[in-house]
This record gives sequence, C-alpha cells and structure tokens, in this order.
Amino acid sequence: MSDIAIQGGHEVIGVNRIEGPIIVVENAGTVGYDEVVEIIDSQGQTRVGRVLEVGDEMVVVEVFAGTTGLSIDGTRVRFLGGPFHIAVSEEMLGRVFDSLGNPLDNGPEPLADHYADINGMPINPTARVYPRDYIQTGISTIDGMNTLVRGQKLPLFSGAGLPHDQIATQIVRQATLGTPAGESSRRSEEFAIVFAAMGVSHDVAAHFREAFIEGGALTRVAMFMNLADDPPVERLVTPRSALSLAEYLAFERQMHVLVILTDMTNYCEALRQISNIRGEVPSRKGYPGYLYSDLSSIYERAGRIKSSHGSITQIPILTMPNDDITHPVPDLTGYITEGQIVVDRNLNHQGIYPPIAVLPSLSRLMKDGIGEGHTRDDHSHISSQVYAAYAHVQDVRALSSVIGEEELYSVDKQYLKFGRSFEQKFVNQAATENRSIEQTLELGWDLVSMLPQEELTRVSLDEIKQHYRVEEKDEHGQE
Amino acid sequence: MEQIGKITWISGPVVRARGSRQVNMLDLVEVGEEHLVGEIIGLEGDTITIQVYEETSRMRPGAPVFTTGLPLSVELGPGLLRSIFDGVQRPLPAIEMRQGAFIRRGVQIPPLDREDRWTFTPRLEAGVDVKGGDILGTVQETAALEHRIMVPPNLEGKLTWIAPEKKFTIEEPIARVKKDHREQELSMLQHWPVRQPRPYRSRGGNAEPLITGQRVMDTFFPLAKGGAAAIPGGFGSGKTVAQHSIAKWADAQVIVYIGCGERGNEMTEVLQEFPHLIDPRSDRPLMERTVLIANTSNMPVAAREASIYTGITIAEYYRDMGYHVALMADSTSRWAEALREISGRLEEMPAEEGYPAYLAARLAEFYERAGAVETLNGKNGSISVIGAVSPAGGDFSEPVTQHTKRFIRTFWALDKSLASARHYPSVNWLDSYSEYLEDVANWWHAQVGQNWFEMRKQAMEILTEENRLSQIVKLVGPDVLPDEQRLVLETARLLREGFLQQSAYDAVDAFSTVQKQIRMLGLILQFHQKAGRIIKLGAPISVIHNLPVVNDLIRMKTAAPNDDLSKLDTIQNEINVQIEQLEAEYL
Ligand SMILES: Nc1ncnc2c1ncn2[C@@H]1O[C@H](COP(=O)(O)OP(=O)(O)OP(=O)(O)O)[C@@H](O)[C@H]1O
Ligand SMILES: [Mg+2]
Repeated sequence: MSDIAIQGGHEVIGVNRIEGPIIVVENAGTVGYDEVVEIIDSQGQTRVGRVLEVGDEMVVVEVFAGTTGLSIDGTRVRFLGGPFHIAVSEEMLGRVFDSLGNPLDNGPEPLADHYADINGMPINPTARVYPRDYIQTGISTIDGMNTLVRGQKLPLFSGAGLPHDQIATQIVRQATLGTPAGESSRRSEEFAIVFAAMGVSHDVAAHFREAFIEGGALTRVAMFMNLADDPPVERLVTPRSALSLAEYLAFERQMHVLVILTDMTNYCEALRQISNIRGEVPSRKGYPGYLYSDLSSIYERAGRIKSSHGSITQIPILTMPNDDITHPVPDLTGYITEGQIVVDRNLNHQGIYPPIAVLPSLSRLMKDGIGEGHTRDDHSHISSQVYAAYAHVQDVRALSSVIGEEELYSVDKQYLKFGRSFEQKFVNQAATENRSIEQTLELGWDLVSMLPQEELTRVSLDEIKQHYRVEEKDEHGQE
Repeated sequence: MEQIGKITWISGPVVRARGSRQVNMLDLVEVGEEHLVGEIIGLEGDTITIQVYEETSRMRPGAPVFTTGLPLSVELGPGLLRSIFDGVQRPLPAIEMRQGAFIRRGVQIPPLDREDRWTFTPRLEAGVDVKGGDILGTVQETAALEHRIMVPPNLEGKLTWIAPEKKFTIEEPIARVKKDHREQELSMLQHWPVRQPRPYRSRGGNAEPLITGQRVMDTFFPLAKGGAAAIPGGFGSGKTVAQHSIAKWADAQVIVYIGCGERGNEMTEVLQEFPHLIDPRSDRPLMERTVLIANTSNMPVAAREASIYTGITIAEYYRDMGYHVALMADSTSRWAEALREISGRLEEMPAEEGYPAYLAARLAEFYERAGAVETLNGKNGSISVIGAVSPAGGDFSEPVTQHTKRFIRTFWALDKSLASARHYPSVNWLDSYSEYLEDVANWWHAQVGQNWFEMRKQAMEILTEENRLSQIVKLVGPDVLPDEQRLVLETARLLREGFLQQSAYDAVDAFSTVQKQIRMLGLILQFHQKAGRIIKLGAPISVIHNLPVVNDLIRMKTAAPNDDLSKLDTIQNEINVQIEQLEAEYL
C-alpha cells in the first residue's frame, strides 16, 4: 500500500456504529464511493478499509482486518481520496505479501514500477486475442480430454480432503507451452506464477511453497497470503491484488503468467458475511445476488490482448461444500470460467491419482487449441470417442449392478473392461509422471481398441485405419 | 445540458440525487464531473434515483447531475451492421482506438461513424405525400444487405425535397418533409428510445420456420420466423455454441447477437470468426449481416440491463425495413440478475429468490417484441428471439426459466447428462417442445415435398418408446424385450447418434439444409420399417445390428455435404440391397 499513489484525504475522529467488520461514520465530509480508508484505533494501530456506500450524512466502511478493538469515540478514520491501489513491479516475483501487498518475508518494500487500481478495468472484447496455444501439463485427463490453453480460466472443482493442491502443483511443475505431437519441445518459455491464498491453512500454503522450491520456480513466484487465521474480509482483496500484479506482468512485461487462486469458496464466504451484515436481500444459500458479477470481476481478468505477447492463465481452486456441484460457488464459477476440472471422491477412494472425473469436466477452449499444428489431427475425435465410450460405461455399470455382469451383452462386457482400464491406465498416473501429448493420445487409442471397431463412431474410418490396434481386435474381436 | 440536482447517495451502480421535480422517469442523465451516463429509474419528491452505466468508484455526494431531457435511445442508420457495441451502444472498436485494451470510464463516442459516406439512392420524388415507415431511398450498407432509409414512424407530410443519388454522411440532409407549414429536415441518422417498441401496421401469423441448420431444432422442435424460443441449460451444456450456430446459419437477413453478462472471449471468438465465415445464402461474410452487442459479465451491470433493449430496438429497425431478423440474447438470466442487483440496491421488496416482483412483466415485454408483422410500409418483416437461460444449479424450476416459459413457444431444454456424454447439441428430446409444429408444416411440405409432420411424429414416437423401454431394461436387462422392441432401441440409437447429434465444429456437419435433414430422417425411418419386416420374418436383432449400413447411417451426417447428397443415395441403395438379402434368407 502506498501513500504516493493516494494523496490528500481527510480525517474524522469517532465513528457512529460498529457491526462485524463494518463501521458507519456520520458527517464525514465529502468521501468518494469505493475510496480507501485508514482506520486508526486508540492504540495508534492502523488498519485498512474501503467505502461500501456513501450518502450525504453517512459513510459505510468495511474494515479488512475486522473491527476488534475499535471503539466508538477512540477510532480515527482517514479517507484517502481514491480507490485501493497496489504497487506492482517485476521485483515482486520471488516475494511473499499479505493481501494488501505488504511484504511478509522481511524483505524490503519492492520498488514500485507503478500503482495499479486493484479493481482493474474490463478488457475490451475487441482488444482480446482468442486463446489458442495449448499448455502441456503432462496429465492425460487434462491434455487429452480437457486441454488447457494459455489465457484460459480453468478451475479445479474439488472437495475437502481431495488432492486438488497436488494436482495444482503438478500442473505448475510440468506446464510447458505445448508442441505438436512428435515434435521436440520448443525452448520452453517459463511461466511466472502468481499465487493467491484465501483462508487456506498454513499446511496448504507450505505445500505450495515447497512445490515451488522443488520445481526451482521460487524466483518466478509472487505469493499473496491470506491464511485461515487472517482476517476474513481481507480475502476480498487478495485475488484482486494478485491479479493486478498478474496484469502488469502479462500485459506490460509480456510474460506468461499462471495465476492460482485458492480457495474461492472462502472468498465467497467472506463476501456473504459482509452482505449479510449489511442486511442485503440474499439470493441462494444466503449469498448476495451480485455474487456472479463479483466473481466475474475476478475470473474475467484472464486472457490475452493484442497489445502484448503475454497471457494470464487462471487456475482457481474451490472446494464444493458437500461435494455439491450445484452449490452457488461452483455453479456461478462454472458459468463464468471456460470449463472446469472436477476432482472426484470416488476415484480418490479407489486410489486413483489424479482422481479427475472426466465426464463432468470440460475445457471450452480445447477445440481451438488442439488438432493439426497444435497437438495431432485426430485429437478431437479420439477424445470425443473416449468420452462417448466412458459415458456408456456408466450406463453399463448401472445395469450390471442390477442384473449382474454375467447377464450383460458381450459388447457391454467389453465396455466394462474398457472402463476399468481407462481409469487405471489413462486417468491414473504418478504425481511425478509427465506424459507427452503423443503418449496420451496413443494411450487413448490403446484403450478404445479394446472395443469392436463398429462401436467407434466418433472417429473417422481413416483414423481407425491408421490408429486402431488390430492385434487387440484379434484378441477380443471374435465373439 | 441542464443541471438538475446534486448527488446525495452512492451504492455501486445506483446513485441518488436531490433536485428538480421536473425531470422525467427514464430520462438519460450524466452524473458527476466525469459525466458518467445513467438513466432515471425512480422519482420521489425531489429525490431522483439513477442507474449509472459506468463504474461509480470515486464518485462523491455533492457532485452535479445533468440531463438531456431525452430517454435512453439508440442511433439508427447505415453502419450498424458489422458493428460491435456495448450495452448502451458505445462502439467498442472506437473505444479501443481511443483508450487501448481496457475500457475506462467517461468515454463519449457516438455509436455510428460521423465521417463515413454512404451512397444514398432516392426511391421517391419530391411532391408526394409520405408517412412514417415510407422508404425514402436505399443505401447498400453491406454487399449482403440493402439498408432502407425510412420516414421516422411518427412523421407525415409532403416530401418537399429529396437528395439525388450521391454520397452522404449520416448527418447530412437527404430529404425534407413539410406538414402544416413546418418543414423538417431528415438525415439518414435517426433515434429511437430503447424501452419503447417501434410501431408496425399489424401482426401476422408464424407460417415459416426460422431454419437454423441444426437438425434437432429444425426437424424436431422448430421455431417460426417471428417466434420466440428459450434455450435453458446449466453451465457448459451448450447454450452459447447453439446461439453461435444459429447466428451463423439461420436463414435470417439480419442477426443481432447480444452477449449479455457473459464471457469476453466468446465475443472475441465471434469477432474473429464471422468476418471469415461465408453465409451460404448471400455468399458474403457473415459479419455483413450481423450486429453485435457485447456487455460482458465484468462490464457495468446497469448497461447489461440496457443491452437487450438496445439490441431489440436495432432488430425492430431492420424488421421495419421488411427484413427477417433473428436476435439472440446470451444470457437472459444475466439480464434478470442485473435487474435483481439494481432492485436490491434500491431495497425493493423481493419476490422469489431475491428477484423483483416485476421480473415476469419485464420478461413478457421483451419477448412480446418478437413477432412477424406487416410493417408501416406494408412489407413483411419479423423478429425471432432466442433467449438463453442459465438456471441456478441447472434447475429449471427457478423463476427466470419458469416465467420465460410463459412467453416463448419453442423450448430447447439442454441436458447436463447428454452434454457430459458429449451428445451435442444436448437438446433433450423428451423435455423440449415447439408449439409451432402445425404452423410450419405446410412450409415443409412445399419445400421438401414430403410429409415432414408425419415423419417427425414417427421419429418422436420411436424416441419416446425408447425411453419407456430403457426404463424396463434398467430394471431387468435387455434380454426380456422381444426383438421388435429391441429394434426400437436400435433405431432410436440411429436417431440419436446419426441424426440428433451434430457437431458445431465439423465443417460438413455444422449446418444441414432442410433437404439433407429430411433425407437423413427418411433413411432412418425406412431402415426401421424394413428391418421391422425382417424381424417379423424371424430374424434376430443381432443380424440387423450387424448390417454394415447401420454404420453408414450413423456416419451419413459427415459423409454427405449439403451440396452433394449423392452419398445418401448410395446409402439408400445399401439399405435396399442389404435388407433384400436378409429377406431372401429368412423368407
Ligand atoms: N453442437 C456442439 N458441437 C460440439 N461441441 C459442442 C456443441 N455444443 C456444445 N459443445 C461443447 O460444449 C462446450 C460448452 O458449450 P457452451 O459454451 O455453449 O455452454 P453454455 O451452455 O453456454 O455454458 P455457460 O452457461 O457456462 O455459458 C463447448 O465449449 C463445446 O466444447
Ligand atoms: Mg454460454
């Protein structure tokens, strides 16, 4: 936070009402909507807040660090005359900050290149570049089935106790700009990483930190930390500070930036808390009606623009309360992001890592990032074929649980086998295993070759000729 | 511009001011030193409530409010096509030129270019009497479309002067009309308040389908030209892809596409794709018939509320020229949420799920602006409206879906489980419906010479029967079904995989002509009927299932391009030959 960016302002002594993280100040003089506020308690300690509503006679302020220890008469409120800004510079890579951009690592204040309004500004759709360059993550369920693209926002929908953090760190470790199958990797342009923690435990933060160290990435990472025991309201600022830096790095410093936001559910809860205290009309489950717009003001800060080579790729992580994908947090997230990777409890119980459920997962930008020149010409068909076959496996499993496996058609028995192999060979891989796109696609063909050719209606006859494993067919084809 | 008051309160996009009692509801205002644009949405005593179309941070009580005394209006005239505007018709490319990649506030750029010159060709001669809607002359706005310059709806009198064929800017006079000694000068630029429907002579019936090229829509659940449809579906179920496909392939002359509170990249995709895609009917790039409105989710919410009115007013303007216009709004739920958000800031009494009580009335007003009409100048024009609905949790019982159902007559229900099995478009054939079937049946008959209505009915019966049978199969397995019923399952599979599934990204499959649609359907039904005969002769279902032509039927959608259906003849032949062989075997 800086006093260079925000000058002027005036101070008021005493407040009129304190409720939860909110204070109401009457007769505060002219104050702007969304203005930053410093609140100084009777001990002289300063905390930061923001104007939520302003009228002729009163101002409503949210105090990021909470109002514990504030008194009606002993509190001074200083209005700083403008919205919240954060210093941004390349030097911030390799450093650790709190939500407001203050260093937590005992290092010096980084020199600011300039100050960015943390709310950012909407990107003009005419200035965007449609993202098309795929990122190879080395994870088959992502690269093969839900390909990630530079500039995409692709969240992990997970649940408490599931290995979403491992998946995220594996992506961070392995992510490289993809090359067509068979070609050797281009000089890998490394990602800068901006990490924002919202209400996660110290363990989770430590997990990421270690993963960054192991991956030799620490000098390329800027971390913004709001941990479980940090003030909840501050979480509303964490992702915005992080994204302001990401925008600076991507669009002014031409870097490819990977932004990890975890856990968005905690963020939404903080928003709900403020909304409830203000007595706003709730929509679903007590969340405010503007949750969609609020989340989009975070998620839409991803992408590419014409005037820069850089990109912002977002991987938000959220834990679905009760594993319920229709809960407002995953639901509204899914409505904004460009797909989702769903982490599944059942697969996890079966010991499959990464336990990614492909059917509910989706990458909307995949179609333009794959195929000839990107990955391989058969990519879209083979992935669609695997999808269709695995979807059929679910029906067969349901049927088999009623009538017994023995009673199934023989082709359905083949589907059951395919399903098991798919989970064990394709989905399942080691946390250190980095598969090439070629390996992933070949694996897909190995698997669908367990089914009779006539079943493969999503791939073309030419593709069958070229890739279908005939040996397999001799084994299983005769019925 | 006149100052009417001073700001007293600010909460997000809603601002209150105190001042004049002379201002009108829904008048346009400019707020604060930065002159941010807004609209008056409430008046009580001397308190004026305003929704502001731009970010209000930094705004302070005490700042002035001005008004133009006019309601929120759009500019109409040549240059609309190929444009992309925000929700209140600000031109996004010009904003980018001026401000760079990010949209800052306080920018004021007129929607239509003031320098562009258009060749005006007069259609009338001075001396005649004219009235609202009369076509004064034309401008070739794009190679795909002739723009008809009309007398504004509320004007009539004697045409005292009309310009000769020549290039003009939209602000230069092209005609003068005199009534009761008052002479009015007309240019090609006109204005119309967005919240007020434009007048027409009369409403007509819905006799012609809007052909979308999407088989499940055209053949199974058609939308009529001038009709209204909704596409509800949870996230990722395919609403946007469907809307894009319709925008690309629908047989409308003008497309108005409103990205209302959705993703920036989706608008970018359209912008980058449409100039390169060729409209199969006009042979011109699709962009030449398209107007885009983009108010993405992170752009100001009040402008999102306005965006659908901006869009539909532009659609009405082209309808009034005698064109068939198709309008897509993706997503009407985001528009409803904008209403809810503003209503919440106003602390209005909420009805269901926090939505204001007037939600249904607003939805009705919007969908009522669809229709096939006889225009003021006696031509036939229409607006077909297709609204995406994004129900919370994918649950169709929520208020926006439920209210929308009352005002639309084609319902394309998208289904999460079909989408996750990658059955696209994920239109659920059991939950969807069209109330235009009878209306458009004659058109089909005249176009394809076959009884579409009857064929569609047969196919629907097979699909409905499949649903019933698969309930049984789920309980006891397939073996209990007699082969006749198992043939129903087999044919239903052909219908699902061979006909209903349609990839938006496959060059051949993305769009089907009605001729191709009806032929494909005919082949599947013929196969069903002939296979039924063989089964009656005692052949087991497995021999039917294993016929090579089954695979051909599933692949015919990509094997037969629209302009060469000979592959379908081959398949027809194969059906005959292969069935005859079986017949010989089992007779
Ligand atoms: N006809 C189709 N052909 C091929 N793929 C499709 C088709 N329809 C949908 N898809 C796939 O489904 C994905 C999601 O579709 P879409 O973006 O239209 O969903 P949506 O319903 O608009 O979701 P949201 O409400 O989140 O905007 C697409 O990215 C594409 O991969
Ligand atoms: Mg969509």
